Amino acid sequence: MPETTDRELTFAQAVREALAEEMRHDSRVCILGEDVAEAGTPFKVLSGLVEEFGTNRVFDTPISEAGFTGIAVGAAMTGIRPVVDIMFGDFLTLTMDQMVNQAAKIHYMSGGKWKVPMVLRTTLGASRRSAAQHSQSLHAWLCHVPGLKVVIPSTPADAKGLLKTAIRDENPIIFFEDKMMHHKLKGLVPTGEYTIPLGVADIKRVGKDITLVATSSMVQVALGAADMLAEIGISAEVVDPRTLWPLDEKTLIDSAKKTSRAIVIDEGYGRYGVTSELASVISEGAFYDLDGPVLRMGAMHVPIPFSPPLEDLTVPTEKMLFDAAKKLCSKS
Amino acid sequence: MTPQTAEAINTFSKELALHAYRQMVRIRMFEEQVNELYTRALMPGLAHLYSGEEAIAVGICEALKKEDYVTSTHRGHGHCLAKGATPNLMFAELLGKEAGYCHGKGGSMHIADPATGNLGANAIVGGSMGIATGAAFSAKYLNNGLVAVCFFGEGALGQGLLYEVLNIAQLWKLPVIYVCENNLYNEYTHYSETTAGDICARATAFGVKAESVDGQDVQAVYSKAKQLIDAARAGDGPAFLLCNTYRYTGHHVGDINRDYYRTKQEEQEWKTRRDPILLHGERLLQEGLTDKATLDALESEVREEMKAAVEFAIAAPYPALEEVEMHVYA
Ligand SMILES: Cc1ncc(C[n+]2csc(CCOP(=O)(O)OP(=O)(O)O)c2C)c(N)n1
Repeated sequence: MPETTDRELTFAQAVREALAEEMRHDSRVCILGEDVAEAGTPFKVLSGLVEEFGTNRVFDTPISEAGFTGIAVGAAMTGIRPVVDIMFGDFLTLTMDQMVNQAAKIHYMSGGKWKVPMVLRTTLGASRRSAAQHSQSLHAWLCHVPGLKVVIPSTPADAKGLLKTAIRDENPIIFFEDKMMHHKLKGLVPTGEYTIPLGVADIKRVGKDITLVATSSMVQVALGAADMLAEIGISAEVVDPRTLWPLDEKTLIDSAKKTSRAIVIDEGYGRYGVTSELASVISEGAFYDLDGPVLRMGAMHVPIPFSPPLEDLTVPTEKMLFDAAKKLCSKS
Repeated sequence: MTPQTAEAINTFSKELALHAYRQMVRIRMFEEQVNELYTRALMPGLAHLYSGEEAIAVGICEALKKEDYVTSTHRGHGHCLAKGATPNLMFAELLGKEAGYCHGKGGSMHIADPATGNLGANAIVGGSMGIATGAAFSAKYLNNGLVAVCFFGEGALGQGLLYEVLNIAQLWKLPVIYVCENNLYNEYTHYSETTAGDICARATAFGVKAESVDGQDVQAVYSKAKQLIDAARAGDGPAFLLCNTYRYTGHHVGDINRDYYRTKQEEQEWKTRRDPILLHGERLLQEGLTDKATLDALESEVREEMKAAVEFAIAAPYPALEEVEMHVYA
């Protein structure tokens, strides 16, 4: 048994530890991105890596998201394992041809001859008063594309274990980190070597009256709402899919069958979003066991505004989730 | 004789000169068969012919090692063959057959072949510039001495990706050669309507060495390519090579009525006076490197090779239906 004495780390520290371990473990792993070396990114997530691995492993790129993402695709095909850092998830738009038309399709179009083992790390999440071009959560875009895998951890321990797995995977993977969690969210992380497989959901809190399926930043919201629900005698189960593709459908469906009610909550836009897909999976899989419709909660269908009171309206909150859950439970 | 050709001959042995001739003929005859397959409705999809431009693919690929990388375009059959692909498997791919390079999942615009360093043809104009530059990045990272060549048409000069990767390739001294095949037309539009300023100046603005060459002269292309590739391999960083050329047929095989964008006379001029195969053949004869009978025999041999390859492809089975869900993930 490996030593697994837990320590408390921030989300950022867990990500950094995963990268450092994988870089020590495999000399082909390198990092490409803007201000990733000495600066350690504007969010200081990568601080210290260049000191250990040098500028031949941690590459500061020009501000050229399409360029260095494309370079990572070609590099991954030809024998190295790049981890690309896209500073804000909003800038994913600039990499879309490289991810959607190139990285995602090369294995298929070549009949399995070429592989693209790369990871693109980026952020999601509003609430920093960063306005419409620095606050979006665009993960649903990538989930729509066959050939990509999408990982969206909610705790430091999950982030570390999933990132290590992603780096060892043979496919192009997008790894989303909520920028509000980087330094604010702490959690216990095992000291020993461990990885977490993709496609396995985690039950963050066991309950019996209602299932709250939550992703990334919304897991904390769901846990908060579950506490509030407990006070009025409703026992909520919180399920975190952890990876959106591959998706652990069974755990979601089984939980909904058990509790007979479900709400899906995610920080991406609600319309045509991740919540729509997860709600459909649950409805199709658990329909005859459900006591009501599966509800969806996502960001409002507006560009994220700057003004604090306006921005606060756009993202689901504990209170909103509590109210919705209470209503759903009282109806049946 | 211009200094350029004198220099080219120095590095172009008799053996290589004859081999280059054969390779150009193979590409031309491969595409004759493509045209035939397409017009007989045996080939699905689109067929973009390379006829007229053969000297570029052959001149460049002869200056590369088998393991060196290339990326290609929607007009990619020539690059693929010149890099060493087998016509049987190419035709099978064009017909969507299991035996094809990509199990029939790629088709004409996506042939890829790791065995010959072919990272794949790309149907996004300019789409492979990152990939080629990335292959050069890994070559430098792994210190394996390989070089990458990125083939693209002049239409791709409008894509921003080129400028992002030129900048990075020069900053990081990556061993990549950007080969621009200027066949004068971006689809149905003359390049002068789409391309401002000087083409080579785009590269030199980044400090990237840029040269231009007569793309109808295989020796000239080879000799320039050899210099640039050898320099890149030695650590000099990227280069840009502009090859001036012409495509004989329409943008794709179905592009028949083209009077609205170019004249028959212009096409005729290039075919009769600037044809890379005719020009190189004449030179071989003039320099006494071969005789007419040998060239004729070579042509019939290649024609037979291509016919047999087509027959192989026609007879080959389609992929099993289960393949549709294979290879989405590695
Ligand atoms: C990004 C993108 N835009 C448009 C097209 C449609 N298209 C295919 S080929 C082509 C013209 C390309 O011209 P050029 O790069 O000069 O190559 P050529 O066909 O002359 O070899 C266009 C516009 C495309 N495939 N990709």
